[in-house]
Amino acid sequence: MKLLEVKGLKAFYRQTQALYGVDFELEEGSITTILGANGAGKTTTLRSISRMVRTEGEIKFDGQDITGLSTEKVAALGIAHVPEGRGTFVRQSVEENLHLGAYTRKNKNDVANDIDRVYAYFPRLMERRQQQAGTLSGGEQQMLAIGRALMLRPRLMLLDEPSFGLAPLIVQEIYEIMARIRDQEKASMLLVEQNANIALNLADQAYLLETGHVVMSGESEVLRNDENVRKVYLGY
Amino acid sequence: MDLFLQLTLAGLAIGSVYACVALAVVMIYQATDHFNFAQGEMAMFSTFVAWALYQVTGSIWLSFLIAVALSFIAGIIIERVIVKPVENAPIFNQIIVFIGLLMIFNNLAGWFWEHTTKTLPSLFPKHGIDSTLISTHNLGVILFTLLILGVTFCFFKFTKVGLAMRAAAANPDSARLVGVSVGWMLALGWGLASAIGAVGGVLVAPIVFLEPNMMSGVLLYGFAGALLGGVNSPGGAVAGGLMVGVLENWARQYVPGGSELGLTFALILIVGVLMFKPAGLFGRVIIKRV
Repeated sequence: MKLLEVKGLKAFYRQTQALYGVDFELEEGSITTILGANGAGKTTTLRSISRMVRTEGEIKFDGQDITGLSTEKVAALGIAHVPEGRGTFVRQSVEENLHLGAYTRKNKNDVANDIDRVYAYFPRLMERRQQQAGTLSGGEQQMLAIGRALMLRPRLMLLDEPSFGLAPLIVQEIYEIMARIRDQEKASMLLVEQNANIALNLADQAYLLETGHVVMSGESEVLRNDENVRKVYLGY
Repeated sequence: MDLFLQLTLAGLAIGSVYACVALAVVMIYQATDHFNFAQGEMAMFSTFVAWALYQVTGSIWLSFLIAVALSFIAGIIIERVIVKPVENAPIFNQIIVFIGLLMIFNNLAGWFWEHTTKTLPSLFPKHGIDSTLISTHNLGVILFTLLILGVTFCFFKFTKVGLAMRAAAANPDSARLVGVSVGWMLALGWGLASAIGAVGGVLVAPIVFLEPNMMSGVLLYGFAGALLGGVNSPGGAVAGGLMVGVLENWARQYVPGGSELGLTFALILIVGVLMFKPAGLFGRVIIKRV
């Protein structure tokens, strides 16, 4: 079943157009990645889905058009956005950050259980549960951002460059946990990355974005073996 | 020594009122980065509403509670109807709106209730404690303010909505992404600030007399308290308000000619803090990377 369908998506920052008719789809339970260089429109694509930028075109989530909704209503539908820069609530504690992730949910017991579940994925957050989130390292803040997204019990996770600014070992650790999350939570993910290598390893489907256009799409394997992609984005 | 203690305790009482105003100002400042110049006049108007209700009901506590509830609702409506439309406007437009609100409330109060001073009875009994150091009203003011501030603190610290309000003020984009309706949190903040201001107004009215300009001085002391404590620290604003009350009382007594210079003192304090410690005593210096 198609969880997300995007057709002819155009996005605008005031007068400046950032996307020029982007089409893509995401199957429920799968991971799709959008690759591209700086300024290609990857972040804008995610911001379009979360209704943080003016758009034209169609965005359907679970068959429902969401372009008329506000950002908070989109979140309430079960779309958890891990934003560029991680969106940490820096003055709140780690645990308060996780509680905020569950803001739309009512059942306190479920929320408490899910906090334990997040700590099971990220034991380091457990150690720092009472600490102000702004004092965490970049990698820990990325873990917290993913944990916060999990607290929504999301049907779809939007992940904006989880590898950004992190040491290779930490990136590897975070991607291993993301793979576990996919297997255990059956979560669907739309993953945006500059680090094409690691994203193609995780994702089922991939789209290549250049200056607001989709220039290539297909199974991750296909893109990985494409000569051009290899030279330009994988670097070998 | 008795005089010193009397001055200090009376200072704490009036400082409690400044603390309420300072807290109201800081709550809105944290969410919007602006001082609400109309905070004092809104509190004055609330106090008049309490007075009008008292003429009808004859019960000061009942009138007080209804006035605070009405102020809460009015604060929400003011945010939704008047402040929200200019939230993305340049800073000058917003300041003009705040000053406009100030004048509207001041003139409305004068129109409805005239400029003659009225007396609002104290919430607390006349002869509760037998002490030469502090009046029953002042003691009641101090304890009641501490109670209100404690409740406010617990609300922000331990409730889901309180947490969401803090998140919305600190990081609105991120708050929206977890499903918080940031606009309504702002409105709720205005409602709470307005209600806390109303508490301050009713507490101070028996001391300063009720008339449309009664809060202009109090607001200035409240600003001084907020700045002294730190504009991004609610706890600091409360401490700052109390300190300003005590310092003002000392200055009036011990500085030659000080009895006439209360407001001057507040302004000196504001300028001094801005010059030498802009973040306030308990505030954080915010460093922005560019």
